[in-house]
Amino acid sequence: MVPLSYYLILGGILFACGVTGFLIKRNIITIFMSIELMLNGVNLSFVAFAAQWHALQGQVFVFFVMVVAAAEAAVGLAIIISVFRTRETLNVDQVNLLKL
Amino acid sequence: MFHLIIFSVFGLVCVAGAVNLLVQRHPINSALSLVVVMGSLAVEYLLLGAEFVAAVQVIVYAGAIMVLFVFVIMLLNAGEEERTQGSRVALLLGIPGMLVGSILIAWVVLYHSGTGAVAIGALPGPPKTLGWLLFHDFLLPFEVTSILVLIAIMGAVVLAARPEKREG
Amino acid sequence: MMLNLHLWLIPVLPLIGAAINGLFGKRFSRQTVTAVAWGFCGAAFALAVWAVAQFVSAGANPYSEVVAHWIRAGSFQADFAFYLDRLSVVMVLVVTGVGFLIHIYAAGYMWEDGGFYRFFSYLNLFMFFMLTLVLANNYLLMFIGWEGVGLASYLLIGFWFTKDSAAAAGKKAFIVNRIGDFGFLIALFLLVKHFGTLNFEQLSAAISPMGMETAGTGLLTSIGLLLMVGACGKSAQIPLYVWLPDAMEGPTPVSALIHAATMVTAGVYMVSRSHFIFDRAPSALMAVAIIGTLTALFSATIGITQTDIKKVLAYSTVSQLGYMFMACGVGAFSAGIFHLMTHAFFKGLLFLAAGSVIHAVGGEQDMRQMGGLRTKIPWTFWTMTMATFAIAGIPPLAGFFSKDEILWQAYSSPFGSRVYWLIGVVTAFITSFYMFRLWFMTFFGKYRGKAESDHGQAHGAHGGSAHGHGGIHESPKVMLIPLVILAVLSVCGGWVGIGNRFENFLAPVFQSGPTATLESATAGQATQTAPPAEPQTQEVGNETLLTAVSVFVGLAGLFLAWILYCHRPQLPQQIAHALGGFYQAVLNKYYVDELYAAVFVKPLVDVSTNVLWHGIDQGVIDATLDNSADGAREVSDTMRHMQSGNLRSYAGWVAAGAAVVIGYMVWMGTR
Repeated sequence: MVPLSYYLILGGILFACGVTGFLIKRNIITIFMSIELMLNGVNLSFVAFAAQWHALQGQVFVFFVMVVAAAEAAVGLAIIISVFRTRETLNVDQVNLLKL
Repeated sequence: MFHLIIFSVFGLVCVAGAVNLLVQRHPINSALSLVVVMGSLAVEYLLLGAEFVAAVQVIVYAGAIMVLFVFVIMLLNAGEEERTQGSRVALLLGIPGMLVGSILIAWVVLYHSGTGAVAIGALPGPPKTLGWLLFHDFLLPFEVTSILVLIAIMGAVVLAARPEKREG
Repeated sequence: MMLNLHLWLIPVLPLIGAAINGLFGKRFSRQTVTAVAWGFCGAAFALAVWAVAQFVSAGANPYSEVVAHWIRAGSFQADFAFYLDRLSVVMVLVVTGVGFLIHIYAAGYMWEDGGFYRFFSYLNLFMFFMLTLVLANNYLLMFIGWEGVGLASYLLIGFWFTKDSAAAAGKKAFIVNRIGDFGFLIALFLLVKHFGTLNFEQLSAAISPMGMETAGTGLLTSIGLLLMVGACGKSAQIPLYVWLPDAMEGPTPVSALIHAATMVTAGVYMVSRSHFIFDRAPSALMAVAIIGTLTALFSATIGITQTDIKKVLAYSTVSQLGYMFMACGVGAFSAGIFHLMTHAFFKGLLFLAAGSVIHAVGGEQDMRQMGGLRTKIPWTFWTMTMATFAIAGIPPLAGFFSKDEILWQAYSSPFGSRVYWLIGVVTAFITSFYMFRLWFMTFFGKYRGKAESDHGQAHGAHGGSAHGHGGIHESPKVMLIPLVILAVLSVCGGWVGIGNRFENFLAPVFQSGPTATLESATAGQATQTAPPAEPQTQEVGNETLLTAVSVFVGLAGLFLAWILYCHRPQLPQQIAHALGGFYQAVLNKYYVDELYAAVFVKPLVDVSTNVLWHGIDQGVIDATLDNSADGAREVSDTMRHMQSGNLRSYAGWVAAGAAVVIGYMVWMGTR
């Protein structure tokens, strides 16, 4: 019997790693992968709670999160390709035309 | 006991993969670490009794999304990261903020959450129940999600299409 | 039987004429404009005559008709309602009659002017407002007419608005009037507060049971004094008379209509209408009488020295209005109205004839450039002569009857005093003197001007219309016919006062107060308790004596003027030299305008410029807006550094913000 909090801590660690990756990394694809890492951490919490409360709605939610993550990944990567074509770089610090 | 051992092993693998993602400089290494993370998360789901979710995790996440990532990395021929001037704000504000948030959540979870323990594989019902929920109570979100996927496909195609060359 | 006199049409017809001429007159020919103006004004006059005839034949009882509801605010109510009683009969006939005659004259006088249609539009508009004022049945509607005639006066005085002096005169008239209107308004507020209504009949009924306020203070005295302030503004009494001489910048028909016959008499009408208030406030009455008397004397002295023919008549108007106020101030309201009527005839005639003279000499208004015109413009000469004799109070012309009645009432009324009478007699002498001075300087002696040789060059306020032909010429018939009609009225108009017929006609209007009962007592009605025989003959004897005195004084003025301006024309200059500084002061109108400018106008303008404009408008309001705009800009300047375009810094901000939110939620959760 593993206490639920262990699962939640694991999910939290994954989430924190994702945020750190987002803040530290310079390559835009790596940043995207950190986002996926964050989503996974959240999915773990959902499933953990679904197990504890014996409610399947948690897993349904995970299902939806995955679908959305997939869609987001597809569109986001397409955008990255498009940006790469114009900017010739994958360094996020150099894509800063929106500055005031 | 058995539960705890498996949980710890694969939990460590998860965390190692995540840290490796942060540490590696070449994006392809980060992508492969992420695949490792996905895989061990699938095992964790199995431990929690979510077979269907574990299967979907492997098939969709590790099998499709990560493949997509790898394809794009190879397509764009992404190289090692250069060290360029970063953002001071991100480091000064973001890291401490993230730390504070995590510690707070951990504190809440550990001391105040009132959660109990979970038995291995303890979950109500087979995937049939899940299907029932999905196609009955959550039918509308399900259909909307399929439209969302359709839109995402169209968007991706349009965005990534090579710009047409005008003929002379 | 129920009368329906359609009183509302009387003001509305000129309004329609004003609208037609104002909106479409530019495209009409002069004949059409004239026809419209004459037509609607004449229709109003005809309707007024018809209404009066009906009214009198039905017993001359007060008649009011409500046209439409206007204000219903709780218990306060004011309607668009018109009222006809014996007093308004006199006023409406004078206004429409003299107004119509002046419309006829003006067509000839203004024929060459470029703003012909505009002039008649304004003139009809003025008739509308004046008739509203006279026929209103409550103070509020009267106030609309009051303000409206002020507006029309402004438009007409500044008719030649391209001339700076005319525009300034128009402004001055309006602003000084407004000061008086302020007093009027406060009086109205007091009336509403204490009696809840502004309707004449209801107010009369409410106030009649109240007794005399002898303490010198009190509600009715305050209302009376405030009403008098309003009347001073409109009727050009001290201290608000300064606009009237400047108003001579307007065309002469305007001076005749507005500043002689009708608008300036609105104050006298209003005071008479409010007699039920004044009857019970002897202090207010005394104030009216004192101001009227002083004004009469004061402006008469100024009139002696003026050389512009219209300015002499202007000061004469102020002086005669003083007479009317003196009459009202001693409780003889009907005498004041009588003089109002005769004054409309002879002063209107004087102004119109002066216009004819000015027209004849090609625009010159300075009397020193005139002279010997009696053979050249005989019709003008004879009509002006009648008017001059009338104003001097020579029997049996109109002015004699009315002025004599006022002097008698000033002497004998219980509110009167010998002092009023004495000053009135002296003023009558001065009036006669300066009028005959005008007469002699203009028509007798040798012609001193230039119009014989170069006719078209003399300008003045004649509207800049140069005649092609040289020489002094009589005015066209369209200008002469009103002169003749007014001359006839100046001669016969006073005969309605013989045997106190006029006073008896108006008596039921003024009978709601102690004055009226006293008046009817002194007039020899049969309501006396003491044996009537002895005091009556005594009074008749007194009255005859006083009449003889005023006639003598009038003739003395004529004689003195003859000596100074016909017999020995070099004397006036010597007298002026001998009087030196005093003469200069009188010539400069006692420097009253300069005094006002220094005491009121300049400080006001200075405060407005420095405090209100620079200080508050620029320094506070503009500065507040400018500074808040600057502040907003500075804040956003600082904030814009957040938008660096750098994705990672955005992420940093989001992470920090998320930490704050999580911390808040944890804190809330653990509370």
